Amino acid sequence: MAFTSWTEFWAMGGYALFVWLSFGTTYLLLLGLWWYSKRQHNEIQQQIRAKAAREQRVRQHQEKEK
Amino acid sequence: MWGSMFRWLDPYAKPETLYHLCGRLLPYLMALAVFTLVLGNIWGLAFSPSDYQQGDSYRIIYIHVPSAIWSMGAYSSMAIAAFIGLVWQIRVAQWAVLAIAPIGAIYTVIALFTGAAWGKPMWGTWWVWDARLTSELVLLFLYLGVIALAGAFSEAARGIKVASLLAIVGVVNLPIIHYSVEWWNTLHQGATITKFAKPSIDPSMLWPLLISILGFALLLAALTCLRLRSQILIFEQHRPWVRQWVDSMAASRQKEQN
Repeated sequence: MAFTSWTEFWAMGGYALFVWLSFGTTYLLLLGLWWYSKRQHNEIQQQIRAKAAREQRVRQHQEKEK
Repeated sequence: MWGSMFRWLDPYAKPETLYHLCGRLLPYLMALAVFTLVLGNIWGLAFSPSDYQQGDSYRIIYIHVPSAIWSMGAYSSMAIAAFIGLVWQIRVAQWAVLAIAPIGAIYTVIALFTGAAWGKPMWGTWWVWDARLTSELVLLFLYLGVIALAGAFSEAARGIKVASLLAIVGVVNLPIIHYSVEWWNTLHQGATITKFAKPSIDPSMLWPLLISILGFALLLAALTCLRLRSQILIFEQHRPWVRQWVDSMAASRQKEQN
């Protein structure tokens, strides 16, 4: 352990602003990218399902018309 | 010769196979990535000794170096995929370009940002137009160019082709980034570990750094898997296997809810 207390750890030898700004921004960006990519994947699946359902409705309707 | 040498890769060029392979790998890659990142970063932040010159500000190295290395690693992978996609017309390779570009762009932003936050206390400035910093900024513009070009054509296949071409041409920037600290008199320090001589860093600092580098690599792999799956679904959505897969997913989700 390089620090003797939590206060000392958070202070980062006087460089707290720069160290925590760096780590904070990094993980914010990485989590953001993960969340965005995950959401995109779910949305695409939903769109494909909706499209398939619509096509099926159209088909059923056309069969009724005949 | 080339045909037979890479024949074993053929099944993975089939979108359906690759989609399911990525799906199986994703949870393992993600778990390993989180584990190594937490281990490497906490070790580096709390357990490694302070630097005798830079104090605790040097701890930014545990995200700065990994993100910088893999901003270039991601670019190389993207360019290789672009080359395979252009020359052999392998569609999954073309889609991989679209999957990797945003990850590489984020890694580059992280490398630039953490570099600035490290430069301020050590150099007294957030930014200088030094060769290393400038060439890394060019890397960001290359990624943004690839993303923009890929989406700039009404015909998606054409956009991917033009974007792939830019990705391949942009490879010339990689050696410039790497050797910039030797070729020019830069404010940025020289290589610490990516050189043939013995690393100029103590093992108590090197180990957490290597683990963090591995963590960023695993995260790159995991995110690529996730994003490539999305691209495969987009381009294969009219194929029966996609319809069946999406339906079965919806059915299993409903079963879970009931």
